Amino acid sequence: MAEPGHVPGAGSSAAIASERARREMLRDARVTSRGGVRPRIGADALCEAILLQGSDTIWGYPGGVILPLYDVLADHPGLRHILVRHEQAAAHAADGYARASGKVGVCLGTSGPGATNLVTGVGTAMLDSVPMVAITGNVPNALIGKDAFQEIDITGITLPMTKHNYLVRSADEIPYVIAEAFHIARSGRPGPVHVDITKDALMGETAATHPSAADIEAGLPGYRPKVDGHPRQIKLLAEAIAGAHRPVILAGHGVLIAGAERELLELARAAQIPITWTLLGIGVIDEKDPLAYGYMGMHGWKHVNRAIQSADLLIGIGMRFDDRVTGNVRTYAPKAKIAHIDIDPAEIGKNVVADLPIVGDAKHVLDALLPLITKVDPAIRTDYFAELATWRTESEGSSWHGSGGFRDGVLSADFVVDRIAAGSGFDANLTADVGQNQMWVARYGAFRRPNSHISSGGLGTMGFALPAAMGAAVAVPEKVSWAIAGDGGFQMTLQELATVVQERIPVKIALMDNKKLGMIRQWQEIVYAGNYHSEQLAGPDYLKLCEAYGLPAWKVSTPDQADAAVAAALAEDGPALIWFEIAERQNVYPMMPAGKGLSDLIDKWGDDGEDVTEGDAGPRLDPMHPTEGGPK
Amino acid sequence: MSVGTSARSLPGSGEERRHLIVAIVNNKPGVLNRVASLMRARNFNIESLAVSVTERSDTSRMTLTIVGDEVHVEQAAKQLYKLIDVLKVQDVTDDSTVEHELALIKVRATKRSRPEIVSVAEMHRAKVVDLGDEAVIVEVVGEPADIDALVELLREFGIKELVRTGSVVMSRGSGSIEEQVKR
Ligand SMILES: Cc1ncc(C[n+]2csc(CCOP(=O)(O)OP(=O)(O)O)c2C)c(N)n1
Ligand SMILES: [Mg+2]
Repeated sequence: MAEPGHVPGAGSSAAIASERARREMLRDARVTSRGGVRPRIGADALCEAILLQGSDTIWGYPGGVILPLYDVLADHPGLRHILVRHEQAAAHAADGYARASGKVGVCLGTSGPGATNLVTGVGTAMLDSVPMVAITGNVPNALIGKDAFQEIDITGITLPMTKHNYLVRSADEIPYVIAEAFHIARSGRPGPVHVDITKDALMGETAATHPSAADIEAGLPGYRPKVDGHPRQIKLLAEAIAGAHRPVILAGHGVLIAGAERELLELARAAQIPITWTLLGIGVIDEKDPLAYGYMGMHGWKHVNRAIQSADLLIGIGMRFDDRVTGNVRTYAPKAKIAHIDIDPAEIGKNVVADLPIVGDAKHVLDALLPLITKVDPAIRTDYFAELATWRTESEGSSWHGSGGFRDGVLSADFVVDRIAAGSGFDANLTADVGQNQMWVARYGAFRRPNSHISSGGLGTMGFALPAAMGAAVAVPEKVSWAIAGDGGFQMTLQELATVVQERIPVKIALMDNKKLGMIRQWQEIVYAGNYHSEQLAGPDYLKLCEAYGLPAWKVSTPDQADAAVAAALAEDGPALIWFEIAERQNVYPMMPAGKGLSDLIDKWGDDGEDVTEGDAGPRLDPMHPTEGGPK
Repeated sequence: MSVGTSARSLPGSGEERRHLIVAIVNNKPGVLNRVASLMRARNFNIESLAVSVTERSDTSRMTLTIVGDEVHVEQAAKQLYKLIDVLKVQDVTDDSTVEHELALIKVRATKRSRPEIVSVAEMHRAKVVDLGDEAVIVEVVGEPADIDALVELLREFGIKELVRTGSVVMSRGSGSIEEQVKR
């Protein structure tokens, strides 16, 4: 270990020797931002390792045991640390950063409460297969297991919600563990990896070098994700496609993760197959494309679910047939053969029985499949496509979309989403929160670009939108980043307004204020016979709130004010908020009640047009005429 | 819209039976916890679990017995594979194997009953490894069903304590699961 001030190899005349000496010095000692030279410690190795992995941002919050890292952060100017206001937001921001850019997101917290605060965000990333490295400090080695101040068994806590986790006890381990953590986080089916590092490991002097990618792979005999599908299975799929009369593609997040959008479109065009998508699959195809049929599932489009129910071949690609997608599996797509492509072998046969399983990366499998596809003459599909078109017209025409918003001057949620998307040239990143707002974004966001829709699908974490949009804004500064949140979810993480103001992160926030836990109210109305409880949500005067935080804000209460406010918010260089006072009792339709099947959608505008409210809820509340007043 | 009358079958609705799974894992702290945590979280019912180091000091071998249908157990194996520290998983239920378990059984004894206990043990190729005034310890190695049978017989005398290691299993012939681990 070099002593401070000592430059190994100084005075050597040979250029090579001096270069080697310079490298040695860089490895063993650091020139600090305050001048002078000090030994290289574990915390330096951590910063170097993150930069070497191509991530340039850490979302974090300091605390006792992680302070050694904050002591050296300034010496690594390539690494931007963004101070959040709550560690949950750090994890969501790292998540949004990763989803928008495909890079690994990095978040950081101290031991104990800092670490437990990260947990919700780590779990959110796990359920949605998001590459993330979550770093926590832990108490010094000697105190581990002693219930020391702010000690908690955090690796025990994150074990079931990470792809892998580590407890690092010495500085020398740091370069290897961090490189391995990034590799595991982003390869195969991505996911969060948690690295817990003791204070002594952060502070210990180290000369450990960074491993190569090959070293890392060689060191992981138990981890070899299978990317190429089995050729025989791929051939069988090509045959199944050639024989199908009513094929439907179900595209999921795996297509986006693999970057297989082009291959997907080629398949759809060659074999003339309509593409439908899951919540996290939004963006796999330009929604304006003639082969883009729509969003499926519990709150998906009726025509899409109808197409699935009547299909003779379903081709699931990078999706997992979860319960929000299938409803009751027994009645799911009763006439269809199911082909299932996924990189995670455990997904195959987990939720539905696959007739034709293919384990592999979506891009690799589609690449191998495309040459085997016999080009289909669109004329063969005339009847099929005509029927699909009719269904589509019926189901789209039955929603408020495009017309209802102006009716009676009521500001409907779908109209707001539509104006945000249109006002941003259908090119912004839209991050949703959870609840009705999430479904409205999914249905009406009109996405045209991959990775432009960000949503907590698997865990359904309220409070996700603002911090995740913050991450997306930093990761992809050339695109506008919207956070579209309900009043409930917004109030769960609104402390991050201070972060976006301090760091001038240009997030545009659309607060969809129905003064309710809207999705809870909808379920209580429809499933619990109008027995409302705890769904009324008082909120502050959001204009005053934004004023206090130093954030420009507009209030929109009628449809005619929407476009101007969107334009004004977009004209701001920095962050801005629009407070949309939307209809208080608008429901998301159609809706598949839990336990029911895709053919049992409740659709207020459906053929039967039945009133779905029963029991003693009083007269049915017409969502077209929301009640005024209520708690502010 | 009409729905076909034939219902889609659910994964894992086949016949349940006992499966024997062998896993080769990294010999590192916490790996047992990872396996146990996974099994609990995913609702797999482990009947027994035996762990020990292998011929290589850097790997351990786990033998798990799980009850479930084919799909359920296959799912358990696939989930195990997702653990980074798991190098190889194999369902050996239908393979030709040697499956053995060791049990220690402390049986209540009197001067009078002692010879009888000893002869019962010997009949079952079990050993008496401790002879006390009031109790004897019987050690037996064999297939779980044989141990069950012996335990049943000894129950007449009164069992004070019983410990079983859980099954360990090895396939017959020259094949080696350890040699199949890719490194
Ligand atoms: C952290 C968390 N707590 C509770 C829930 C359950 N939940 C789902 S939607 C919802 C209501 C959301 O209300 P709001 O944010 O106002 O959105 P809206 O449905 O009104 O658009 C709740 C409470 C959740 N998803 N996440
Ligand atoms: Mg709300």
